[in-house]
Amino acid sequence: MERTISFTLNGKTATVKTDDERMLLWVLRSDLGLTGTKFGCGEGLCGACTVMLENEAVRSCATPLKAVAGKRVLTIEGIGSHGLHAIQQAFLDHQAYQCGYCTPGMIMNAYALLAKSPHPTRAEIARHMEDNLCRCGSHVRILDAIEEAAGAAKVGA
Amino acid sequence: MTAGIPVTGEMKRRDFFGLAGAGLFVFFQAERAEAQEPARLPGRQAGPTDLNAYLKIGADGRVTCLAGKVELGQGAMTELAMALAEELDIAIDTVDVVLGDTDLCPYDMGTFGSMTTPLLWPAVRRAGAEAKAVLLQMASERLKAPAGQLRVHAGTISQADKPSNAVTYGQLVEGKRIERHLANVPVKTADFQVVGTSPRRKDGRDKVTGQAAYAGDIILPGLLHAALLRPPAHGAKLKTADTSAAEKLPGVRVVKDGDMIAVLHERLDVAVEALGKIRAEFEKPPAGPDDKTIFDHIQKTAPELRVVGESGSLAEGERLAASVVEQTYLNSYVAHAPIETHTATAQIDDNGKVTVWASTQAPFQVKNAVASALGIPAEKVRTISRYVGGGFGGKTEADQAVEAARLAKIAGKPVQVVYSRREEFFYDRFRPAAVMKIRAGVAGGKIVLWDGQVFGAGEREANPFYDVAHKRVASAGGWQGGNPPGMHPFRVGAWRAPSVNSNTFARESHMDMLAAKAGMDPLEFRLNNLTNARMRRVLETAAKQFGWKAGRAPTGRGVGMACGIYSNVYNATMAEVAVDRGTGGVQVRRVAMALDAGLVVNPDGLRQQAEGSVTMGMGYSLTEEVRFRDGQVLDTNFDSYRIPRFSWLPKIEIVLVENSETPALGGGEPPIIAMGGALANAIFDAVGARVPQLPMTPERVKAALAKA
Repeated sequence: MERTISFTLNGKTATVKTDDERMLLWVLRSDLGLTGTKFGCGEGLCGACTVMLENEAVRSCATPLKAVAGKRVLTIEGIGSHGLHAIQQAFLDHQAYQCGYCTPGMIMNAYALLAKSPHPTRAEIARHMEDNLCRCGSHVRILDAIEEAAGAAKVGA
Repeated sequence: MTAGIPVTGEMKRRDFFGLAGAGLFVFFQAERAEAQEPARLPGRQAGPTDLNAYLKIGADGRVTCLAGKVELGQGAMTELAMALAEELDIAIDTVDVVLGDTDLCPYDMGTFGSMTTPLLWPAVRRAGAEAKAVLLQMASERLKAPAGQLRVHAGTISQADKPSNAVTYGQLVEGKRIERHLANVPVKTADFQVVGTSPRRKDGRDKVTGQAAYAGDIILPGLLHAALLRPPAHGAKLKTADTSAAEKLPGVRVVKDGDMIAVLHERLDVAVEALGKIRAEFEKPPAGPDDKTIFDHIQKTAPELRVVGESGSLAEGERLAASVVEQTYLNSYVAHAPIETHTATAQIDDNGKVTVWASTQAPFQVKNAVASALGIPAEKVRTISRYVGGGFGGKTEADQAVEAARLAKIAGKPVQVVYSRREEFFYDRFRPAAVMKIRAGVAGGKIVLWDGQVFGAGEREANPFYDVAHKRVASAGGWQGGNPPGMHPFRVGAWRAPSVNSNTFARESHMDMLAAKAGMDPLEFRLNNLTNARMRRVLETAAKQFGWKAGRAPTGRGVGMACGIYSNVYNATMAEVAVDRGTGGVQVRRVAMALDAGLVVNPDGLRQQAEGSVTMGMGYSLTEEVRFRDGQVLDTNFDSYRIPRFSWLPKIEIVLVENSETPALGGGEPPIIAMGGALANAIFDAVGARVPQLPMTPERVKAALAKA
């Protein structure tokens, strides 16, 4: 159903007039021009499109806009507004990426974990990240980076 | 000023790629590029023979390197910057690397085959050395001091005994235009400041902030997204298509052009929805092989076997053999499955100039393909591939770029094509399914016979590097194309270390079977049949790191090894696995790999490639195979096509063997080649069951257990 929907996107109000069954990923990329959130599989299977909805990591390719109305959405563009966020810094320090295409989704999923559980064990991190796919094989470094970010800083801010 | 730089037609037309402005330019070419070219790459055309990269030092002191390679995630951008930082004595942060832009960068045939490091990287260093020599000469005149008394630090040249008498690179070139080709200025041979260090990657900040712009992130005014009608199976021809329902949707335009039917809309998801309303009928494709019958089919349809390695006499080998082991090995089709699907954005300006942002490993091939499809001269097309979301050999051709360009021309607006995951699996050029047959014999711990036949994989590394007096190895068909029509039900192509993963799996599995026959430890058996010093060294290094303890497999410990060569890089990999006898599931516990890649430019960069290879290698070894029937690709997404995940991770230990006498070699592919063999041998060591087929799925492990 076409309607006007507002939600908080990276701290600011975003308003779009569109079909509310459309998936958030495409609204972010096509309608709002935020391309940091990536398309990878279209069925919620790879995690490249992960964003925060309120306090949860969600797959934006499988999250209809109507589920977002009036809520807070945070994307890779919205974290670390003053310089890099601790997780981004840790990914940089550990070179926890190669092609970088899965990286925004990885970082946002890690963000959700650390927001809930600031000091997870490595096994908990791996479990939480399980369904985010990386084809280059940066997994070990991604775990290293998240572990370090968890130790280094309070997530949020 | 140097006049008359020898340029090709391409360069003349471009007026040196619009190299306006002051600065010092050095033009150069990769080494032995033609000699290293993979055979029969479609769409390739001869490029300039006298240059395929150049560097510029500007009045702002910044150094720019422009080359036609592509940053796929392998770290090319960083490595090339390191070469210039080293030779020019500047910080890596003052170097900009521009890759993959066919208007700015000279011709390059593509980024594959682990060629950037051995071929382009040394040339970039030589260009840096040349530039520094020119700058030193200019500084000598400017500072009125002999060149021998000058010191260079961080882009500033000063007089050694009078440091205030100094000038920067930027000041030297200000208001001047100096052009050079490579002379024979020697590069540094010792006291490296940058080579051998692990600087922060140059693409990092863009990637962790989401600012890295991939082909699908190019948002242009008026951009339309395309969804294309695709057949349900390879070989299925379109009979009828009723597009009326789709056309009724607001803002939708349906384009029919030759064999192409596409839906355009300013939003991709709406275009996809409209595509779903097209009622299309396709002819039933002819019956074809499936993923079980394919191996017989390949042997029946393959071209004639061609001998690729031979010595001694097989009859003599047979006579000498105390025991003979014969085994047929198989591997299925494997998908590249980069997380970024094939994507392109095309724009045509008022002068008819076409710009295509494409996820491709070969922007110049894409440029030519687009020009040819639109019937325009190649110089009217520019391809830009700044960041690519993984390639692994699967993005050397780019049909989606041609589609986007055709649609942009028809629509009169920029058009973006993003393959769905289903399209990505459907149109992938898979690693070919293959059959490897080996009959080999041992006597007294020595291999005396090796009779190998390879169907489909390709010949690379089919000929064993072990000391075998009597051998013959023959190969039929390969990944490069040129296979008889119908041999494969879809296209095949290069997949990270093409043909070598298959042949290494077969050879190294067979080595362990021979070792068992000979009653020897697998390491001892290999060393007993090996004089190649570099291979012995990586094996011994890996064994030390792994803590290999001699034993006759199966020991029940679940340890195995494999070794191999790719592009002159030596790899020995040792693995420990746990096998669940009930489910047939395999968990990899630990992998230790020793690599001899010659001079190591960037240790952390090579480690990244090796860690990535261990992880990706578990996929082709344990789960990845494309299922298909009658031209239909049954795997359409990551639910059924399982790639490695966090829970699979073993402990990974990489040892880089010191070998600075050998020039730097490429590291993107070699680390993955031994994973199949190492895991197969570790599974055998764990449970005494030989799994001769990749991937070694739980079902196949159970089947092997039942036979064991």
